[in-house]
Amino acid sequence: MISLNKVNKQFGKLRALQEVSLAIALGKSYALLGPNGSGKTTLIKSILGLVVPTSGDILFEGKSILNQCAYRAKIGYMPQIGHFPQNMKIGQLIDMMKNIRGEVNEIDDDLIRDFKLYSMYDKPMHALSGGTRQKVSAALAFMFKAPVLILDEPTAGLDPLSVEILKEKIIAERGIGKVLLITSHILSDLDDLAGDVIYIQDGKVQYNDSIHNLKEDTQEKRLGKAIASWLGQQEFLSNITK
Amino acid sequence: MARIIKYVFYDLLRTRFLLFYTLFLFVSTFALFQLDSDPNKVILSLMNIVLMVMPLISVVFATIHFYNSYEFIELMLAQPINRKVVFLSEYAGVALSLTSGFLIGVGVPILFYGAGHSAVMLLLVGTLLTIVFVSLAFLSSVLTRDKAKAIGIALLFWFYFSLIYDGLLLWIIYSFSDYPLEKVTLALVSLNPVDLGRIMMLLTLDVSALMGYTGAFYREFFGSYIGLLFSVGVLMLWIVIPTVLSVSIFSRKDL
Repeated sequence: MISLNKVNKQFGKLRALQEVSLAIALGKSYALLGPNGSGKTTLIKSILGLVVPTSGDILFEGKSILNQCAYRAKIGYMPQIGHFPQNMKIGQLIDMMKNIRGEVNEIDDDLIRDFKLYSMYDKPMHALSGGTRQKVSAALAFMFKAPVLILDEPTAGLDPLSVEILKEKIIAERGIGKVLLITSHILSDLDDLAGDVIYIQDGKVQYNDSIHNLKEDTQEKRLGKAIASWLGQQEFLSNITK
Repeated sequence: MARIIKYVFYDLLRTRFLLFYTLFLFVSTFALFQLDSDPNKVILSLMNIVLMVMPLISVVFATIHFYNSYEFIELMLAQPINRKVVFLSEYAGVALSLTSGFLIGVGVPILFYGAGHSAVMLLLVGTLLTIVFVSLAFLSSVLTRDKAKAIGIALLFWFYFSLIYDGLLLWIIYSFSDYPLEKVTLALVSLNPVDLGRIMMLLTLDVSALMGYTGAFYREFFGSYIGLLFSVGVLMLWIVIPTVLSVSIFSRKDL
């Protein structure tokens, strides 16, 4: 579905992505993990074309995305921090997105309904709390029934009840075979949402396999523990080779 | 593209700045017509507003608007919309609204008092200069990520073209006053849209006699049909070149 070919991205002296090669397959869901500043958001933004790689190419359904835009119709994106036009009301924003994405007849308004956004249609964006803004962001990402969903820290800033609503929605979408790419720092959330793990550190992909295999390799039951013990193993190995 | 321009317009209208801008131009034009009975003198006073104040307002407003709609731009770029379309829609929205503010604010009183072809020239020069400075503002906006820096660069453009360049030009003319400089100054003037606008205006106002021999030379050149085409063409270049440059920078920019 999406493949990255030796993608490099340099911000001044900082190498945010180094020779990243990945294949994101149809019907799979990926957890994108890594410490702060490891390049997760840069990776996501390069897939969306918001960041232009220094070298390497990204293919979406076999075609390079460089200077393309039509492919984004197939992606629902929820950014880490949703930036929205401040003086628009929630309703206006949702209508605008419908209008701009014109080609969709029926929208998926599950999240708008479940997050009770319909009752807040007249609230301007600048008056919203961080959590509500995050809800709007989530609702917009799911609205157009895109076959690929890219969610950057979807649960950050949401209250526990809303987290559950969102998780249920993500699980439902996973059930109908959508491609999911999720980053989160709350590993326990990802346990039920993703089937594969991509671990990046310092802009390099360190691990890319299924969660099942990771757990088996490390003999751990929980994803958090498994990652920690895998990192421990790696450190141990690199110390030996030194 | 039309759909996005619609939202840009919508956003611009809500800030009410354009309303005040139009009202300001309208009131000052009316006041000038009330103060002086000679329409040519009024046009001369208006010329100073058009050459100094309007570029400043255009350049600052366009830069601030660009940064204020950064969120909108960011949101649009995650949608299946071409970067060029988003950028050009923003550009067209700002340029069109500032131009129409000017044309209504200045044009309506002029129509009311009925002035001759110098008024038409004023409207032409004002429209072109507004668009030139919007282009320069967008160029300075894509050059940097920082709003304050971008406004700084935009103001620098204005200072350079309104004040510094004239000083340099005077210095050149003064230092090389022993040589015939008509053609050289003509070329140098083309490098400054504000000067070009000023000459286009002065020549239609019949005050070129004040400029001596150079004035006569300019009169001969700019007064002709070809001269007019030349100056409008050069101003068009001042619009197109910064815009093309900023589009190409923007399409490679990281957000």
